[in-house]
Amino acid sequence: MRRQKVKLYVLLALVLMLLGIAAFAPHLVPCDPYEQNLSQALQAPGRGHLLGTDRYGRDMLSRVIMGSQTTIFSALLLVAVITVTGTSVGLFCGWRGGKLDSFIMRISDIFLAFPGMVFAIAVAGVLGGGILNAVIALACISWPKFARLARSQVLMIKDAPFVAAARLSGSGGTKIVFSHILPNILGPVLVTATLDIGTMMMEIAGLSFLGLGAMPPIAEWGSMMSSGRSMLQTSPWVILAPGCAIFVTVMLFNLLGDTVRDVMDPRQSVQHVDRR
Amino acid sequence: MKKYIAKRLLQLIPILLGITLLSFALMHSASGDAVDILEANRGGVLSEEAKAKAREELGLDKPFLEQYAVWMKQVLTGDMGKSYVSGKPVFSTFVHKLPATIALTIASVLVTILLSVPLGVLAAVKQNRFLDYLIRFLSFIGNSLPNFFVSLLLIYFFALKLGWFPVMGNAQGWKSIILPTLTLAIAMASKYTRQVRASVLEELNKEYVTGARARGVREGRILYFSVLKSSMLTIVTLLALSIGSLLGGTAIVESIFMWDGVGKMAVDAITMRDYPVIQAYVIWMAVIYVAVNLITDILYHYLDPRIRLGQEGAA
Repeated sequence: MRRQKVKLYVLLALVLMLLGIAAFAPHLVPCDPYEQNLSQALQAPGRGHLLGTDRYGRDMLSRVIMGSQTTIFSALLLVAVITVTGTSVGLFCGWRGGKLDSFIMRISDIFLAFPGMVFAIAVAGVLGGGILNAVIALACISWPKFARLARSQVLMIKDAPFVAAARLSGSGGTKIVFSHILPNILGPVLVTATLDIGTMMMEIAGLSFLGLGAMPPIAEWGSMMSSGRSMLQTSPWVILAPGCAIFVTVMLFNLLGDTVRDVMDPRQSVQHVDRR
Repeated sequence: MKKYIAKRLLQLIPILLGITLLSFALMHSASGDAVDILEANRGGVLSEEAKAKAREELGLDKPFLEQYAVWMKQVLTGDMGKSYVSGKPVFSTFVHKLPATIALTIASVLVTILLSVPLGVLAAVKQNRFLDYLIRFLSFIGNSLPNFFVSLLLIYFFALKLGWFPVMGNAQGWKSIILPTLTLAIAMASKYTRQVRASVLEELNKEYVTGARARGVREGRILYFSVLKSSMLTIVTLLALSIGSLLGGTAIVESIFMWDGVGKMAVDAITMRDYPVIQAYVIWMAVIYVAVNLITDILYHYLDPRIRLGQEGAA
């Protein structure tokens, strides 16, 4: 357990560093990520440009750093939105029960009946390009997962003695839900949310890659890779730099998710199965 | 069993209605002006009068639910309208492109099984030894790679540098399906290797395994005849459930490899704002997804003697 905690703190530090880079991206870039310089186009990585330049002569390193802002913050925004809406809906449904609950759950069934990306592609297609629209599209399709999770957790503890005690001591519904039930279901919700960050980041980048997310010239890893596709043979760094950035970032968030799960919910951990 | 199937089929009705209503509403809100899009695509300029007439012809002046009912009737007879771009019937285009997507999906599932089952079992048997760590590490990497990055890497190394496979298209027979299949299979295999490992480990820790070992049954026999047999049920179910999401996940890979399936069709349709095509794609993918999941569920219930016999005993 101690080793897990140390691992968690190390990963948290790394993620915070990444967030720091993303937040202060405009001050960290060595060159202007949007400044075109056609005489410098498609330079291989080297002294002047550590990661080379793209076809408009823009510095890849600066664009990757700038892109971290778009990609990471939109993924975090998306996960925050679906966690909060999904959990609120789930809390409400689980606590209230009755007809409204079954109605909302049927609606969530309908959303769950679509293969994720298919619906996201359609929504993004209808709304048009733009990173915010990609976030909206993915949020539409992803909230039911959290609603289901929160609801099942509420149903599990709804009849626990401590809830009955709170009720007997005169607490109202709202107070019970927010100060007794919510803190008790937060663990699994947060674990799922952390594990989702990496996936969501890949899906946002995927939509941008298809031209349904961030629009050029905005620096975003998925759309940077998409616009570099035709130069794969001659200048692979145009693809490799943002690709590796996504890979490392997603891996870091996935590692964090796994570790958070192991620390908060040892029952589900891989290590637990091993130790038996 | 029959009762269970009937119940599941009944539950399907509101879901299917919901899917169609939602897709219809989505496209309705977007293509509010189908006539304008038609006009823009054909490059003509229509008078307001002609536009109003065209709207009347398309039924766009009627209330929403009425339009939905009319449209639904057409869908049930296999008529999903005509493409704004090509003018061809959408449904037949979809049916024409579906086999390519299905071929890609089946190939990916097969490769996934070939990769994840042996690797997962190996990792479970060699638990906490070097091989286990290596397999877990590789599956972790595979899980963190977006499929568009994987496909570009595969194209770079195997098509551009080594020249083993074509870069795109499905013209070159079996050779052209390999890279897109690998792309999809790498992501899936990374996920399922973990699942196979976990379920085999769980099974290996059960008492009957200890019992068999105590009776001197050889380890190989226990593994192949008892453990694999009982953990396969879970694994097969998970894989079957993944077929549905795979059908949807192929869009990016199809458009990178220029694979002429429904995913590429949808992506192309979005750039052209060809709403009837997008609509057909969304609805049919959802229907296929729901159908595959339903069949898997029923099969699972049928194959698991605990559930099948338990139910019949109760009934």
